[in-house]
Amino acid sequence: MDQNKISSLWELSSSGRRAVRVPASDVPKAELDEKLARKVEPELPEVSELDLIRHYTRLSTLNYSIDTRFYPLGSCTMKYNPRLNEQTARMAGFAASHPYAPESLVQGNLELLYELQNGLSELAGFKATSLQPAAGAHGELAGVLMIKKYHVSRGDKGRTRFLIPDSAHGTNPASVAMGGFEAVELPSDGRGNIDLSKLKELCDESIAGIMITNPNTLGLFEEQIIEVIETVHACGGLVYGDGANLNAIMGVVKPGELGFDVMHYNLHKTFSTPHGGGGPGAGPVGAADSLKDFLPGPIVVVSEDDPDSYTLAKPEKSIGRLKGFNGNFGVLVRAYTYFLSLGGNGLRDASESAVLGANYLMSKVKDILPPWYDRICMHEFVSSGQNLAEGVHTMDLAKRLIDYGFHPPTVYFPLIVPEALMVEPTETESLEILDAFADTLRIIVKESQENPQLLHDAPHREMVSRLDEVMAVKKPVLRDILRL
Amino acid sequence: MSYIPHTESDRLKMLEQIGLETVEELFQDIPESCRYPELNIPDGLPEMVVKKRLKDLSDRNQSSDDALWFLGGGLYRHFVPSVVDAVLSRGEFFTAYTPYQPEVSQGTLQALFEFQTMIAELYGMEVVNASHYDGAAAMAEAALMALRCKSGRKEIVLDEGIHPEYIEVMETYLAGSDALMRKGRPDDNSACFITANPAFTGEIRDLKALAEECHGVGALFIVHADPLACGLLESPGVCGADIVTGEGQPLGIPMSYGGPSLGLFATTKKLIRKMPGRVVGRTMDAGGRAGCVLTFSAREQHIRREKATSNICSNQGLMALAAAVYMAAMGKQGIRETARLIYDKTAYASLTLGQLEGFSVDQGSSCFREFILSCPSPAADIADALQKKGIFPGLALSRFEASEYRSAYRENDLLVCVTEMNSKDEIDRLAKALTAAAKGNM
Repeated sequence: MDQNKISSLWELSSSGRRAVRVPASDVPKAELDEKLARKVEPELPEVSELDLIRHYTRLSTLNYSIDTRFYPLGSCTMKYNPRLNEQTARMAGFAASHPYAPESLVQGNLELLYELQNGLSELAGFKATSLQPAAGAHGELAGVLMIKKYHVSRGDKGRTRFLIPDSAHGTNPASVAMGGFEAVELPSDGRGNIDLSKLKELCDESIAGIMITNPNTLGLFEEQIIEVIETVHACGGLVYGDGANLNAIMGVVKPGELGFDVMHYNLHKTFSTPHGGGGPGAGPVGAADSLKDFLPGPIVVVSEDDPDSYTLAKPEKSIGRLKGFNGNFGVLVRAYTYFLSLGGNGLRDASESAVLGANYLMSKVKDILPPWYDRICMHEFVSSGQNLAEGVHTMDLAKRLIDYGFHPPTVYFPLIVPEALMVEPTETESLEILDAFADTLRIIVKESQENPQLLHDAPHREMVSRLDEVMAVKKPVLRDILRL
Repeated sequence: MSYIPHTESDRLKMLEQIGLETVEELFQDIPESCRYPELNIPDGLPEMVVKKRLKDLSDRNQSSDDALWFLGGGLYRHFVPSVVDAVLSRGEFFTAYTPYQPEVSQGTLQALFEFQTMIAELYGMEVVNASHYDGAAAMAEAALMALRCKSGRKEIVLDEGIHPEYIEVMETYLAGSDALMRKGRPDDNSACFITANPAFTGEIRDLKALAEECHGVGALFIVHADPLACGLLESPGVCGADIVTGEGQPLGIPMSYGGPSLGLFATTKKLIRKMPGRVVGRTMDAGGRAGCVLTFSAREQHIRREKATSNICSNQGLMALAAAVYMAAMGKQGIRETARLIYDKTAYASLTLGQLEGFSVDQGSSCFREFILSCPSPAADIADALQKKGIFPGLALSRFEASEYRSAYRENDLLVCVTEMNSKDEIDRLAKALTAAAKGNM
């Protein structure tokens, strides 16, 4: 057996081998109607526990992660995931608690949720928060449906359109469409803000609302945010905040005070809960007075008859449930742990340091990778690979970074910046790392002029180089080949 | 405490490089009147203090580890082999992002590819995606997918025995569409018919018969199937399902008060382009080496924006990894034996408890993991009395209000859940406790 080859579970498999022994039955065997019984056994692997540990440990070494590398993935916020959060989420009273246990026997859970709801509301300036949505996009859907129900509840039924800036995350228009609205694209102006004059043109009685990411996906704070919000409110629309970038402004400004009606928090980004190769996340939604009664439920409230006890309740005009049970509770425990650890002052420090780090890095590479908008940025900045050497693309630069041991930044997003390169260092990366990254970018830009092929063929040292994504669609192989 | 590495001299150096005097100047684009608001949040605490506080909260909850436990109703206490958390705790897995850069994400990608394969085997389906938020959201997305597949048809028809909270989630998801949800049998207005196997109340369904009825009127057949039960029962794919959804929590994921869990979603090759969610595919690099990538992304929101099949983006990658490690650890035999144990113990419990004076079990078909025990008095009262003694006899179904989408539950109905974790002795102890409770001796 080739010790360097990464095998599949089925290649490691041998008939009759096993990792777990199931206890012998202590009850009589029951009849099962032959009609309902399975005829062909599922081809699950048959491996030992050591096989498994080796298999997954080897696989793990093929991943870049925050624990192993700098991961400046703009708009995704890859910051350090404290181990304390993992320990608390695994405490038996949390992990082995059941959502249908009587409320009197899960007061610890309810108190935690209550405190987190209130803490988030205070941090972002909202009246109430629901912790139910399982991800940012899930929170977006909640907000869109809340706005829909708000208009309908007032008998205002002609509002069929939702404004979305052209710099928006792809989830924004998709969420609006799931809510049954038409997405109307709003252009950006020359400074990367929402084009205010165009906004004024588009605002009429057909507008249900606007979905704004602020700071936006260009890493810029909307300079005319108050005018934007006032304009939408003036036509009867409401304002949804995609809180994906709250990481930049915690304790520095409260979106609720700026006039946002509803906003989600990406706890898996902002509150240091791990991404886990794609989730789980948590996307609580905070609402102002205008929408607090429409929040998805249940949420935690203090009992009317006992101020020391908590109970679950559905807000008065709730859009309903978005998820079974009580949201991604385990993620919420991690977020609450982080919230207590940092406190109000620490959260503000985190934002300030994230913004400081991004501006430092931007200024260090300004001459080789000029920012698309030459302004102070928030926690991330967007450059363009347009002025790389002839024939060299942003993707080539990104892939070459892998050879130097860095995870590539986000590329080709936002869509309005050609050859976009979006860098977010986060507050947990040291000055030395930021310097090393800037130096490496400088080396690669030089390489791109002297030996562009080096970039085209990158990465050179990983188990695989660039994979054929066209073939993946044309000749789909979506499961391991079995029974051959 | 703080996780920021910058020293005071680092900060000064950074500010100098940027050309500013203070950090506050970085926020000059924010309207001054709203800048640096009063923040009524206490200061951060040291690790020792935070840990103590969380431990105190945790200790105020009932852990299923410290009780006689028969409470289920959609989330279950199952055995989790130690290897599962050992793998999950590797930082290279849990601190990685969505695998958009495949060259540096082969670990996550191969693990998800193998996850897809194992779920496909259990479900008997061709295509599995890499995870929705939970079973309820997966079912709601399946309903939306059926509407896309059957344009012109507006009805989502529900079988009896769909989890009441799933119905609530579907109502919320469908609020943005013009679809109609109803219970009953499918007809030629129906985009799909949704059933659950086992049903919320534990009955095992005859999926083949339902599939024929459904396809006879041209509707898609959607089965919400328990993945563990599939170790024993005929797979939904073999029975003719077009879409299969499921809750993956029984596959090695702790209950965690309801989340995170794992939405399972499978379909046929024919329908792949209509499917929401991430899919991993195997392909080659220029050197002919095999590797995995996220594929069929032309359906997804980052490309298709408002025309995408769904807005789902962050999902449950790590939970899919947990399920993969669980399935591989249990293996072919382990899954079958566990499913069989659950089936046999459920049968033993329903027979034993159904014979108690004043109690009865009248479900005609056989059950998996759960069954309704009809009690001599309101089930909530009996449960309350027992729970004070550390015995959780099941779920009083009166907690779910009657709904137009399903028949009302009776006040005396207790949904008893039995898994491989419950010994015969525990079931016998429950029988004694129920008898005592019914006589008012608790």
